[in-house]
Amino acid sequence: MTQAIQLLVGTRKGAWIYRSDAARQGWSVEGPLFLGQIINHFVADPRDGRTLLAAAATGHLGPTLQRSTDGGRTWAEVKQPPAFPKGDPHGRSVHHTFWLQPGHADEPGVWWAATSPPGLFRSADGGDTWEPVSGLNDHPMYMEWLPPEGGTPDGAMVAGICIDPRDKGHMYLATCSAGVLETTDYGATWRPLNQNVEANFLPDPYPEYGQDSHQIALAPTNPDRIWQQNHCGIYRLDRPGERWERIGNAMPKEVGDIGFSIVPHPRCDKTAWVWPMDGTEVWPRVSPGGRPAAYRTRDGGETWERQDRGFPAEQGWFTVKRQAFVGDGGDPHGLYLGTTGGEIWMSGDEGDSWRQIAAHLPEIYSVSAAHVR
Amino acid sequence: MISVFIPSQLTSYTGGATRAAAEGATVAEALDDLDRRFPGLKFRVVDEQDRVRRHMRIFVGQEETRDVARPLRAGDELLIFGALSGG
Repeated sequence: MTQAIQLLVGTRKGAWIYRSDAARQGWSVEGPLFLGQIINHFVADPRDGRTLLAAAATGHLGPTLQRSTDGGRTWAEVKQPPAFPKGDPHGRSVHHTFWLQPGHADEPGVWWAATSPPGLFRSADGGDTWEPVSGLNDHPMYMEWLPPEGGTPDGAMVAGICIDPRDKGHMYLATCSAGVLETTDYGATWRPLNQNVEANFLPDPYPEYGQDSHQIALAPTNPDRIWQQNHCGIYRLDRPGERWERIGNAMPKEVGDIGFSIVPHPRCDKTAWVWPMDGTEVWPRVSPGGRPAAYRTRDGGETWERQDRGFPAEQGWFTVKRQAFVGDGGDPHGLYLGTTGGEIWMSGDEGDSWRQIAAHLPEIYSVSAAHVR
Repeated sequence: MISVFIPSQLTSYTGGATRAAAEGATVAEALDDLDRRFPGLKFRVVDEQDRVRRHMRIFVGQEETRDVARPLRAGDELLIFGALSGG
């Protein structure tokens, strides 16, 4: 059974909403919204089905968040976007919000935001006002873990947030310079969780921290299973274990296991998808060999299968950023990816075949999928 | 009274107006006054550490300043511009 889906698409030049029919065959488009603004993330609140948040900035203006409380019919800028305290000892100011995360199901109205330079912020009023999370932002190890001037070409950042659905105080962060961080006390304290994760760009290639975690995801039916697409490879960790296993070693050698995204299956904790990119030599970050493909594992990462039907067989140089490969949770699980070339591709059969549903958009930064209510 | 030039990047806050009047003895105070009437405007121009954002420029008359503590006198003109910021 499928259901109508809305795709919230954030680009370098604005936002768009694509809505499907119940079969996910026909799509209509609304937009552009916030034309010219850099939309790093655009997310719906699955708890109320009405609140949408978009992280916005422009080349000139400072960052803010745009908010709708009626499913996207009307929009207003939030009252107080994420900001470090005035007089911050490290002189930090938020350059942009990178990741927006609706809070735990038991906390309606709570949202979390991850920023560049690295910071974590919390809202208790549906995203209208935000407070810094001191447990991370003022952590004694902050400058070692998350130096504001370090990190990726787009700026050092906290790149993702995962919340344990069984315990709102248990969260994981993906970061660009401290790997994965874990809290079990609602963000008051944090510790690195990076055993056996490679950082081949450091003198000690298996440090306690220093890894670049591109994306993490909890298996929805088994939140003790964490999937990670790291700068150096694909990993899986089964808690309460501490040692990650490099499941990307089973990927074809000519493709490798470098990428930005990892997408778990909503109902099977052995199944996940990745979107490999070329991480050789000078890191082109395009589809290896110009042959775009997703890879799926159905056995927890022991084996991977190539899924390229519908994509260009050659000369397809896709780059898919970490927030731009997502699933819709439907049955079958719909998959969507947005490219930096402004195309959106979807699969309605769990990756077996793909088709383009949009083109000619600006560089796509993020895609999120939500059921239309 | 300070006369303020509002650049196109900020006219969504001012209802399209490119001129506004503000009160204040410093650049920061004038921006605070604008922000009371046009909520959110100041944070797009000046960050939480009172630094003028990298791709914004502020002039008092013909003189550029990046110091929001710069004094203003009645009759001064405060000009806000979007600088060059890429494609």
